Amino acid sequence: MHFKPITTAIVLTIFATTASAAQTEPLKIGFMTTLTGPAASVGKHMQDGFNLYLKLNGNMLGGRDVKVITVDDELKPDVAVTRAQALIERYKVDFVTGIIFSNVLAAVLKPVTDSETFLISANAGPSIFAGKGCNPFFFNVSWQNDTVPEAMGVYLEEKGPRKIAVMAPNYQAGKDMIAGFKRYYKGEIVDEIYTQLNQLDFSAELARVAALKPEGLFAFMPGGMGVSLIKQYSQAGLAGTIPFYSVFVVDETTLPATKEAALGLLSTIQYAPTLENEANRIFAPAFEKEYGYVPSYYASQAYDAAQLIDSALKKTGGRTDDKALLRGALESGDFTSVRGDFRFNVNHFPIQDYYLVKAVRRADGMFHTDILEKVLDDHGDSYASECAMK
Amino acid sequence: MTRYVIAAIVFWCLATVPFLADYFDQSYLISLTTRIMIFALAAVTLDFILGIGGLVSLGHAAFIGIGTYTVAIFSKYGVTDLLVIIPVAVLASGLFALITGALALKTRGINFIMITLAFAQMLYFGTTSFSALGGDDGFSLSMRGTVFGMPLLDNHLGLFWTSFVLLALTYVIFQTLALSSFGRALGALKQNSEKMESLGVGRRQLQLRAYVISGSLCAISGVLLANLSGFVSPSSLAWQRSGDLVIMSVVGGQGTIIGAVIGAIGFLGLEEYLSQLIEYWRLILGPIAILIALFLNHSAGSSRRHG
Amino acid sequence: MSYTLLAVQALNGLQFGVLLFLIASGLTLVFGVMNFLNLAHGALFMVGAYLAVFVYQQTGAFFLAVVLGLVAALIFALMIEVLVLRHFYRRDHLAQLLATFGLILILNDGSKAIWGSSPQSLPLPEILSGSVPLIDNLQYPLYRLIVIGVGLVVALFLYLIVQHTRFGMLVRAGAADSEMVSALGVDVRRLFMTVFAAGAVLAALAGILAAPLIAIEPGMGDNVLILAFVVIVIGGAGSIRGAFVAALLVGLVDTLGRSFVTDLFRVVLPPASANEVGPAIASILIYALMALVLVFRPAGLFPAPGRS
Repeated sequence: MHFKPITTAIVLTIFATTASAAQTEPLKIGFMTTLTGPAASVGKHMQDGFNLYLKLNGNMLGGRDVKVITVDDELKPDVAVTRAQALIERYKVDFVTGIIFSNVLAAVLKPVTDSETFLISANAGPSIFAGKGCNPFFFNVSWQNDTVPEAMGVYLEEKGPRKIAVMAPNYQAGKDMIAGFKRYYKGEIVDEIYTQLNQLDFSAELARVAALKPEGLFAFMPGGMGVSLIKQYSQAGLAGTIPFYSVFVVDETTLPATKEAALGLLSTIQYAPTLENEANRIFAPAFEKEYGYVPSYYASQAYDAAQLIDSALKKTGGRTDDKALLRGALESGDFTSVRGDFRFNVNHFPIQDYYLVKAVRRADGMFHTDILEKVLDDHGDSYASECAMK
Repeated sequence: MTRYVIAAIVFWCLATVPFLADYFDQSYLISLTTRIMIFALAAVTLDFILGIGGLVSLGHAAFIGIGTYTVAIFSKYGVTDLLVIIPVAVLASGLFALITGALALKTRGINFIMITLAFAQMLYFGTTSFSALGGDDGFSLSMRGTVFGMPLLDNHLGLFWTSFVLLALTYVIFQTLALSSFGRALGALKQNSEKMESLGVGRRQLQLRAYVISGSLCAISGVLLANLSGFVSPSSLAWQRSGDLVIMSVVGGQGTIIGAVIGAIGFLGLEEYLSQLIEYWRLILGPIAILIALFLNHSAGSSRRHG
Repeated sequence: MSYTLLAVQALNGLQFGVLLFLIASGLTLVFGVMNFLNLAHGALFMVGAYLAVFVYQQTGAFFLAVVLGLVAALIFALMIEVLVLRHFYRRDHLAQLLATFGLILILNDGSKAIWGSSPQSLPLPEILSGSVPLIDNLQYPLYRLIVIGVGLVVALFLYLIVQHTRFGMLVRAGAADSEMVSALGVDVRRLFMTVFAAGAVLAALAGILAAPLIAIEPGMGDNVLILAFVVIVIGGAGSIRGAFVAALLVGLVDTLGRSFVTDLFRVVLPPASANEVGPAIASILIYALMALVLVFRPAGLFPAPGRS
């Protein structure tokens, strides 16, 4: 180990030349996402969304050059923990962002926030971290899981059918989605169908729905499961008879696969590429031009995560060492979100609008979701009151 | 003899990691190595029945899962002491191994592989619906493990050395067992079960004993894994995990015990290294696996006919 | 719960079972005749689906996609047989396991590199979509009926070949004792290559038939592989007849379980607990079935003679 003095000397020289300007050192961001398995397409949308903002801004956030370290959590919590530790200890990142899945978030939240590194979820929003488990170093720029089905519950309660069947995979997020839906929908729920995770064939469940003859089906079925469900729903001839309402099923990550089968289906969400506002007039066209496909809400959330970091660092003058200052800057959420109205609740989750969207085909043959109406205005989640943010 | 030299070198290398990590200021290496040692422990327990006994279990992740969920259940009641948790996990896991092993050992070859998988899958789906512990989303542990009330596992180094010591102990136990008359009888069963049976050795009883020892001690790996992640979820029981363990134990030279440790280091180390290098790292790992398979010890072909 | 629903669910179970049979028959052939443990069999299912999608994207013709997809899958299978698998026929199961595991990694990540991680689809042509009335107020998707039909025809075809041709005789003999077959002066290498190709085409056919129903994505073969193994173990490794019976059994148990187990629990439990327990039990059913069969018949339902 005789080379240590030399290394030290080199390091010292580097420091000597840059000592006066700590913030000219690149800002390091750990982007943790899922690039393995079926969810990888969501990971791609989010990566592209984040990178687009950097590209449009000369690879700078808050006046500092940015180095993004992307890691794959493989959707395994213990892998995620090791990789999160690598981000913090090896790369000494200033922020960790990305994160698609609730279980990955639950696993990495403690090691990341314990090191006083800010964690900005660009997707996962489980209730545990919105209520009692809220954390000063944790922010969410997407939604709290329950709020999206709540919007659908509100819509169907106001306009829709009185007899509904609901369907979700048999795991926590699935049950949370149904619970969120039921919080506002007060009509009759004729059946709650829970399917196996990663189930491919829904013929049994659909036959059941057909037999029950409800006035509508509400489904939460993320990723490839949703693609299978939609294809089979239309093949079973149900599409014409029982209206299909869903959350996290019909979006720009699944439409390229479902195509016509999903046309006209209704969902609720906080963003669609056709949303009319100043920020989105820049984002959506630029995204399509750069990557050749239509951005989803996942992409928009990652783009907003980059905007949030940018806005906060502009307030602190690029500094990340004063945690209280940086936290205040993040809390002010002073950026123009591509989804329109946006501000942080006391629990660091968004207060925002939710829309009813519909899958349509554009004139050029591409599929996307289009805004029909605003369902909820400035809506926050129901857990914020339990949060005593320190 | 060379086996002990290799073992000594491997453990020496592992022991130097904290110092190297400190020296180069790369403390993440400590948690990476801890994770490797935890899986190495499980691979060692598997190698004993797989490499020596010829019992290919594709359900060893279930025992890891029993370990992780024991930690979770105790943590719900505020118990974190490893001196309580490890014995309970080992007993629970041993009981599971006894019941499933008694049934599974009626079968051989590929049917044994599949029935062990079946039992593990049952436990897996059980945990995904275990909503008191978060179901599929998993359960965050509020506190790390303690020993005599001391928060030994609260920092990386404490967990590292605990895992190191437990891995070393497990290695010694299984290496001793492998060389004992019990281990030799188990090995002989794999070579020639008809002959042994005519000698009056109860095949199933012997194999069941080995299976229970292997399964029960495998739970220790789960207890450590839960403490490393601070988090417990069904993904620790997924069948792909069991497959990884088989790969680790095979790659290092089956039945050599220390080979399982080397296999774990190689497999997880390569995975970690390659995944940072390029996105499609499995395109590199795949051919490596095929090449290793090609050059694996040809003499191990004795199990061929009875597949 | 009406009889109509029961009938539809039975049809669904049959359709799932038939698909499982197509996958499992190839696996059991390869395992039975060659004593070769091919984990990459599920990946061939995926490759079949992807190749059909590829042809469809180039031509827009569904039937052409099915045919060319099968041909391409056959060529592809022969390629990996020559390049990789051939060198492992005489090796022990663990070496085969490791090599075919490596192959899965390559095929999964390869498809991701080529087609991306987003799910792909193979849309049905107009004449195959829609549903047909069977008896009064019982509608059933036409395409699923076609899948059942194709599966049953293939099963019959396999049965005739295995029982009534010289090739079938060799296959049966190989399943019982492959060393004897080589002693008979048969070109084992060619026999093995033919059997492997047949197995691969069956897996690809299953993949192509399933493609219009499910999302086509990297790794889609992994779960299918486990199910196929469950089927061949229940049926008795090496037995086509066993694979057929077991596939239908697994298909029916899984489908009926998913549809009715929760209802049964609602009779004895409050709805909230039934919703919790029911789906968990339904997911476990096929594994419990396999464990049960193996406990009472350790070699499966129809063990090939000479193999225990």
